[in-house]
Amino acid sequence: MANITWKMQDGSEISADVKDGLNLMEAATANNVPNIEGECGGCLSCATCHVFVDPEWYARTGEVDDIEDTMLEMTDVEREDNSRLSCQIIASPELDGLILHVPEPE
Amino acid sequence: MSDPIVVVGAGQAAASFITRHLALASPQPLLLIGEESYPPYQRPPLSKKYLMGELEMDRLFIRPMDWYAEQSVSTRFDTRVTQIDRAARQLLTDSGDSIAYDKLLLCTGSSARRLPAEQGGELEGVFTLRSIVDIERILPSFQSGKKLLIVGGGYIGLEAAAVARKLGLEVTLLEMAERILQRVASAETSGYFRRMHSGHGVDLRESVRMRRLLETSGRVTGAELESGEIIEADLVLVGIGGQANSQLAEAAGLECDNGIAVNQQCQSSDANIFAAGDCCSFIRNGQRIRLESVQNASDQGDLVARVLAGEDKSYDALPWFWSDQYDCKLQIVGLNQGHTQAVERRGEDPASLSIWYYTNDRLIAIDAMNDAKAYAFGRKIIEAGKHPTPAQIADPATDLKAIAKS
Repeated sequence: MANITWKMQDGSEISADVKDGLNLMEAATANNVPNIEGECGGCLSCATCHVFVDPEWYARTGEVDDIEDTMLEMTDVEREDNSRLSCQIIASPELDGLILHVPEPE
Repeated sequence: MSDPIVVVGAGQAAASFITRHLALASPQPLLLIGEESYPPYQRPPLSKKYLMGELEMDRLFIRPMDWYAEQSVSTRFDTRVTQIDRAARQLLTDSGDSIAYDKLLLCTGSSARRLPAEQGGELEGVFTLRSIVDIERILPSFQSGKKLLIVGGGYIGLEAAAVARKLGLEVTLLEMAERILQRVASAETSGYFRRMHSGHGVDLRESVRMRRLLETSGRVTGAELESGEIIEADLVLVGIGGQANSQLAEAAGLECDNGIAVNQQCQSSDANIFAAGDCCSFIRNGQRIRLESVQNASDQGDLVARVLAGEDKSYDALPWFWSDQYDCKLQIVGLNQGHTQAVERRGEDPASLSIWYYTNDRLIAIDAMNDAKAYAFGRKIIEAGKHPTPAQIADPATDLKAIAKS
């Protein structure tokens, strides 16, 4: 279990306890986080679950593989150094307290 | 309170419509009616991870079961709409209820085409693969050592073949056309997948016509080909395409043409009735087409919510698709119909390949096999309306990112 917080650009927040093994795109849609769609179901084809990981946490969310790195080029809001596709971040106790910033497309 | 917007059909398009409707804070109440017992769920994993047993059912659900009530969206599952009374703006259901609607959105999807009964399509042990229930039916016989015959070399058949080989079934796949994926991909792409499946031990036969399925006491035992050859099988999976579920709309007198005919706002010939996803056909580049894809269902559902909220929007989304087979990720952007040239591009990895489709000098679509760069940058290039020359694309040294960002 990990408590995850999504922070929106308008200052609002959503927090939820997420079961180990679920990816954070699934967790976001289940908890009604806006602007995280996950159209492809988490198979790295749509880039619609883009988040900015709080810099303090970034290293702990795991490695970005080549495919994710390439797909991050397709996000609606331009990627930054702390960008991840949240379908590739898997909930685990080590991520308890994780903060994700949700981009807001134009 | 005003009558609700009623959504008939609980799939990807419905989920996307509801999500956008709620995000826009549109005040009208929603009612979602679905024939199946489940809330909208993802269908693509059915022939991949879910068939493999790697995904629990509730992870297929696009939103959790109780999400709808939390969002004040009314739902009626296990319910079939039997009639639309357009004059009264009412629906009739199979339980005999009548339900009033203010606006109606039809997201009734598509159904798998079946083999005719005289060819053995109704025999026990013959399956199609489009729903959770289909998977539940096939799983008990989808076991190591069984002989699986797949009729049809489209995406569903090929994806199921890959899962079956991983699980240790013996697989024969029959394709009537000259090559697998003929309707949707170039000869180069077909060749890539033919080699991959043959390499994994699938007995893949193209240009083969099946006369009929064979049976013993109503249970399928194999197939007889036109050549007279007999192929033994314990189970048969039929993947020969789909057709729009437009019967309800047709019976109500809505204009239909390979699905419910809609305009660029996804509006049918009745101004109060919209349609989205697999069940509808729409105009793209001057031609009426119908797509069976997550992207199309999702984008059209989204569009209808925006149109009903008063936004001035037209549907012009760029189609994209994907398929996973063995360790290969196929990603497609655009529609290659009408292409005059297919250009092969080698990727960085030996298993990477992409095919770039041109109509004259215009780039219209890309198939990318294990080549996310070709897909991601190619999609940006197409979206930006750029047309790199075939020679540029064929040269592996060409920097796609530079073209995309130029």
